[in-house]
Amino acid sequence: MSSRCPERRFVRLALAVAVAIATTSALPAFGAERKLRVCAEPDNLPLSGAQETGFENRIARLLADELGADLVYEWQPQRRGFVRKTIGADLCDVWMGVPAGFERLLTTRPYYRSRYVFLNRADAGEPLRSFADPRLATLRIGIQLIGNDLAATPPAHALARAGATDNVVGYNVYGDGSAAERIGADLAAGRLDAALVWGPQAGYFTDHLAVPLAITPAIAPRGFDLPFDFAIAIGVRKGAADLRRDLDAALARRAADIDAILDAYHVPRIAETTSTAAATAPSRP
Amino acid sequence: MDRHWRGVRAALHALATTVLLVPGGAAVADAPAGGEWPTSAGDPQGTRFSPLDQITARNVGSLKLAFSFATGNDKGHEAAPLIIGDTMYLVTPYPNTVYALDLRQPTATVKWKFDPKPQASSQGVACCDVVNRGAAYADGRLFINTLDMQTIAIDAASGRELWRTRLGDISRGETMTMAPLVVKDKVLVGNSGGEMGIRGWLTALDAATGKVAWRAWSTGPDKDVLISASFKPYYAQDRGSDLGVKTWPGNAWNIGGGTVWGFVSYDPELDLIFYGTANPGPWNPEQRPGPNKWTSGVFARRPATGEALWFYQWSPHDLHDYDGVNENVLLDLPIGGRQRPVLVHPDRNGYLYVLDRATGQVLSADPFAPVTTSTSVDLETGALKYNPQKDPRAGETVRNICPASPGAKDWQPSAWSPRTKLLYIPHQNLCQDAEPYQVSYIAGTPYVGADIKMYPGPGGHRGEFTAWDPVARKKAWSLKEMFPVWSGALATAGDVVFYGTMDGAFKAVDAKTGAPLWQFKTNSGVIGQPISYRGPDGKQYVAVLAGVGGWAGAIVSGPIDPRDGTAALGFVNAMRDLPEYTKKGGMLYVFALP
Repeated sequence: MSSRCPERRFVRLALAVAVAIATTSALPAFGAERKLRVCAEPDNLPLSGAQETGFENRIARLLADELGADLVYEWQPQRRGFVRKTIGADLCDVWMGVPAGFERLLTTRPYYRSRYVFLNRADAGEPLRSFADPRLATLRIGIQLIGNDLAATPPAHALARAGATDNVVGYNVYGDGSAAERIGADLAAGRLDAALVWGPQAGYFTDHLAVPLAITPAIAPRGFDLPFDFAIAIGVRKGAADLRRDLDAALARRAADIDAILDAYHVPRIAETTSTAAATAPSRP
Repeated sequence: MDRHWRGVRAALHALATTVLLVPGGAAVADAPAGGEWPTSAGDPQGTRFSPLDQITARNVGSLKLAFSFATGNDKGHEAAPLIIGDTMYLVTPYPNTVYALDLRQPTATVKWKFDPKPQASSQGVACCDVVNRGAAYADGRLFINTLDMQTIAIDAASGRELWRTRLGDISRGETMTMAPLVVKDKVLVGNSGGEMGIRGWLTALDAATGKVAWRAWSTGPDKDVLISASFKPYYAQDRGSDLGVKTWPGNAWNIGGGTVWGFVSYDPELDLIFYGTANPGPWNPEQRPGPNKWTSGVFARRPATGEALWFYQWSPHDLHDYDGVNENVLLDLPIGGRQRPVLVHPDRNGYLYVLDRATGQVLSADPFAPVTTSTSVDLETGALKYNPQKDPRAGETVRNICPASPGAKDWQPSAWSPRTKLLYIPHQNLCQDAEPYQVSYIAGTPYVGADIKMYPGPGGHRGEFTAWDPVARKKAWSLKEMFPVWSGALATAGDVVFYGTMDGAFKAVDAKTGAPLWQFKTNSGVIGQPISYRGPDGKQYVAVLAGVGGWAGAIVSGPIDPRDGTAALGFVNAMRDLPEYTKKGGMLYVFALP
C-alpha cells in the first residue's frame, strides 16, 4: 500500500487538477463566478422569451444550477448570421435547442427528439394527415418560411414536390414574433385549413388557443429523403469540448427534470430508437 | 516645421482662391461643364465617363497623391464621391455619415459633417455588409439613403437637415443601400432585402418636401406596379393583366422580392427612367413555379408618374440569385446600319445585353464570362434558355454552377468611353457548388437547404476587368485579377481607365489596349466608384474611396470565420486568403499630376 500510495496520490492530484480545469472551463477568468452565457431569441415562445418563460429558458436555468453557474442571457433576434453575431462574437457560449449535428457548432447529446406534425382544428371534419391526401393542392396549408439557398422546412419541400404551391401560405420566421403562433392563430380563425409545424411549437399552441387543435405526426411521403424528425441538443463553440462535456453530464443527471419541463410544455417527443440521433440527423457535409 | 507648412498652405490657399476668382467673380460655384461629378455615374445616362483629358496615357505614370481623408469607418466603402462646385460630398457605410470637403483647401478640410443617426439594429438586417452606394444632388440639396430605410435631404451649403422620410420597416428585414437619382423634381429611391420576404419597389419623393409622389412595386397587381394602357412590352410573355400576381403561386407575390438596390439611369430625350429589379424570394424555386414577374428584369418608366412603358426579364423564374439590378448604360450605337438608342447591361447571369431602350427589344445578348446555367438568349422571343442540369433542387448536389450567385458581375458599375466605343466592365470569375445539408435551425425551426460554396472559375483567377465592344459583340481585351473586381470603373477623355482591386491597388490602364500604366497601393481594398473632376485650381483630379467589405469583402470588414466556407452566403469560401492581402479601413484618395 505504501509503495502504491505516491502513485495514487499523483493520480488523485491529476484528477483534481483535471476536474478543476473542467469546472472552470466556462470561466472568464480564474477565481470569478462561473457563468453560463446563453444567446437566445427574446420573442419565440414556447422555446424562448425575454421573461425566461420558454422551455429552453427553463432547461437553461436547470443546467446552470446543476453546474453551479450564473445564468446570463444575451438576447438577439434569430436571423441570418446568428452564430456569427453571438457565439462567434463571444457574446455567449451556448445556443439552446439546436439540431444534433448542426455543423456550425459543437453539439451536446440530444435531450429530446421531436418531429414535424400536421395541425388541424379539432373540429375539422376531415383533417389533413397525409401527403397522399388528394386535397393537398387545394387546402390552405400554413408552413414556416425560411428563405434563401433552398432553405425550407422538410414538409415545405415535400409540399413543393407534391405540387402543392398555390395554396400553401408561408409565415416568415424573421420578425413579427413566432411564426408558429401566427399559424396557430390563423388556423383557429379559419384563415388556414391545416398546417405543418415543428412539433414543440405545435404542442404548445394547441394548448393556448380558443379553438382546440389536433396534432398528427407527419410522415414523409414515400421516396422523400429529407428528415421530418430531429434530435435536439445544445450548441457550443467549436473547440469548447470541456463545456460540452459538462453540459453532457448535466443533461444526463437532470434528464428526468428536463422531461418534466418538456411535458409541461406539451412537447411531442419520439423515444430514442436503436439508431443514434446523429446517424439519422447527419451533419452538413 | 509646423509654421513652415502653415505658410505653404496659406500660400496655396491664396493661389487657389485667386485662380478661382479670375474667371468672373461669382463663378466659384459654377465649375466649367464636365468638371463636376453630380451623380454616382457622373451623368444620368450612367456612362461614368469624364470629359477631362489632362491625365493621359502618356502622363498618368506620374500621377501623385494630392490628398487623402480617413472616414473613420471600417465597413465596405462602395460609394462614389460627388463633386458640386468646389465641394466634395461623401457618404460612408452605416452609420451613413455625410462629409462635405472644401476643395479650395489644399488638404480639403471638412466644411460640415452630418450624422443621420440611423437605428443600430439595421446593421443586423443587412444581408451583405452595411454598404451605401452614394448620394445624389440637385438644386442645392444633397440626398442620401440610410440603412434604416430613410431618405434624407440636406442643405448642401450648410449641412442642415431639410427633411427626412421613413420609407419602410427594418424589423421586417428591409434596408436601403442604393444611391438615389434625382430626375427633375423627383428623388428616386429603392429598397434592399429580397431574401427576407420583402416586396421590392422604386419610390419617387418630392425633392422639395420629401413627400412620396409615387411608388411602383415590383410584384403584385397592375395598379401596384403602375402598369396601365401605356405599358407596351416588346415580348408576348410580358403582356397580359396582373402578371405580377398570376406568375406566382397563391399570394407569394406579396413577399416576392424584386427589390431595387442598383443604379437608376435617365434618358432626358425619351423622358424615361430605367432600373433593374432583384431576384425573387423568399420561397425556394420549387415553391414558386412561374416566371415570378416582375423580378430579375428591367423597367422603363415615366419619371413624373412612375407609369411603366415596358419591361424585359433577364432571368425569368430566377434559380441562382441572379438579381437584375446591374446598371443600364444609355448609349446611341450604330446597330443594323442605323443609329439606335440602346441600353447596355452586363447582367449577373453572364450576358451582355443590348436593348433598344425605346421598345425593350433585345438586339443582342452575348456571354462576357463563363456560363453553365444557361445556353443562350433567344433573340426572337427574348427568352433565356436555362440548362436544366444546373437547376438547384433540395437534397441534391449540383456542381459547377457558373456564374456563382454574385453573378458574372454584381453591383460594381461599368464605364463607357465614347472615344474608344468600349464598355469597361469590372467583374468576377466565380462558379459554385450547391451541396445539400440536412440540419440547420433558426427561430424555433429546424430546416434543410443547400450550402453554397464559391470558387474561382475557369483559369483560376477570381476577378477580371473586361473591355467590351457592344457593336462588334465581342471582347476587346481583358485583365485578370486575383480577387473579384468589386470596384466601379471610370473612363476618361485622356483615354485612361481607372479601377481598384480588393487587395488594395488603384490602377490606371490604357483605354485602347488595357496596358497597365500606373498603380497606387491603398491601405485597404478598393470597392468604391472612382470619379474624376476639375478642381478649383483647374487641374484634373481622380478620386476613389478605399475600404474593403461588401458581400465579397465581408471576410475582412466583418467578424467572419474564414474556416466557415458557407459564411457570407458562400462567398467566404472563395475569399479565404483576402485578409492576407489587405485590411479594413475607409480612406478617400485623391490623385493629380504634379
